[in-house]
Amino acid sequence: MEPLIAAVSDRGRLTGSDGAVAVFLGLVRNHNLGRVVDYLEYEAYEPLALRTFERIASEVGERWPGVRLALHHRTGRIDIGGVSVAIATASPHRADAFSSCRYVIERVKQIAPIWKREFFEGGDVWIEGATADPDNEGARAEAERLACV
Amino acid sequence: MRVTVRLFARLRDIAGAAELAREVAPGSTIGTIWQQLARDFPELARYERSISSALNADYARMDRAVSDGDEVAFLPPVSGG
Repeated sequence: MEPLIAAVSDRGRLTGSDGAVAVFLGLVRNHNLGRVVDYLEYEAYEPLALRTFERIASEVGERWPGVRLALHHRTGRIDIGGVSVAIATASPHRADAFSSCRYVIERVKQIAPIWKREFFEGGDVWIEGATADPDNEGARAEAERLACV
Repeated sequence: MRVTVRLFARLRDIAGAAELAREVAPGSTIGTIWQQLARDFPELARYERSISSALNADYARMDRAVSDGDEVAFLPPVSGG
C-alpha cells in the first residue's frame, strides 16, 4: 500500500484542497465459478496498458475535474490474497473520490490490455472478459453508471 | 515488407509464440494480417469477432493500413482487475 499512497502524496498531487482519498484494491480470491483457485498469472501488453491508463486518467479528468488518481496493476504470478490492482483517487469531497475510484476499476476491466490465467485444482484457463474497445461509448457510459449509483 | 505480430494470452498459446515476424504485401491492413494468421493457425478463427487490435502499441481498427517495420498486436477479450 505504501507505494500507492506515496504515488498520490509524494508527487505533490495531494493539495490543501483535498478532503478525501478513496482506495480500491483488487485481490486474488480462492474461488471462481465453482473452481478452487490456486493462484493467478497476469500478463499485459505493457506499452498499450500504460497508454490505456493515461486514457482512463484523462476520462476521469473530464468527468470529475477535481480528481487526481494513482493506478497500478501487477503482472506475473499472484497468490491467493495478493493484490493485483490498486487505485487511489483524491478529491476535495468523498463522493467524487468514491465514484471516480469505481469508474477507474470498471474501465480497467473494460479496456486495459491485461489478462489473467487462472490455475485451479485440476487445470488452468485463460479468463476472457470484455472485447477491449476504448471508443465504445456504451461501455464508457456503463462504467459511469456503475460509478455514480 | 516486414511486420512484427504480437500475440497475447490464449492467442499466444494457440500460435505457440508471443511474437512472429511476418512478410506481408504492400497495402496490407491489420485485417489482412489477421486473416493470414488465421489460415496458418485455424484455431484463431473463432476469435475473429472478439479480438481487438493495436498498431505500434495503440488501439487501431482492422481496416488500418500497416507499414514496413510496424508492430501489430492482436488481443483476445481482456480480463484485468
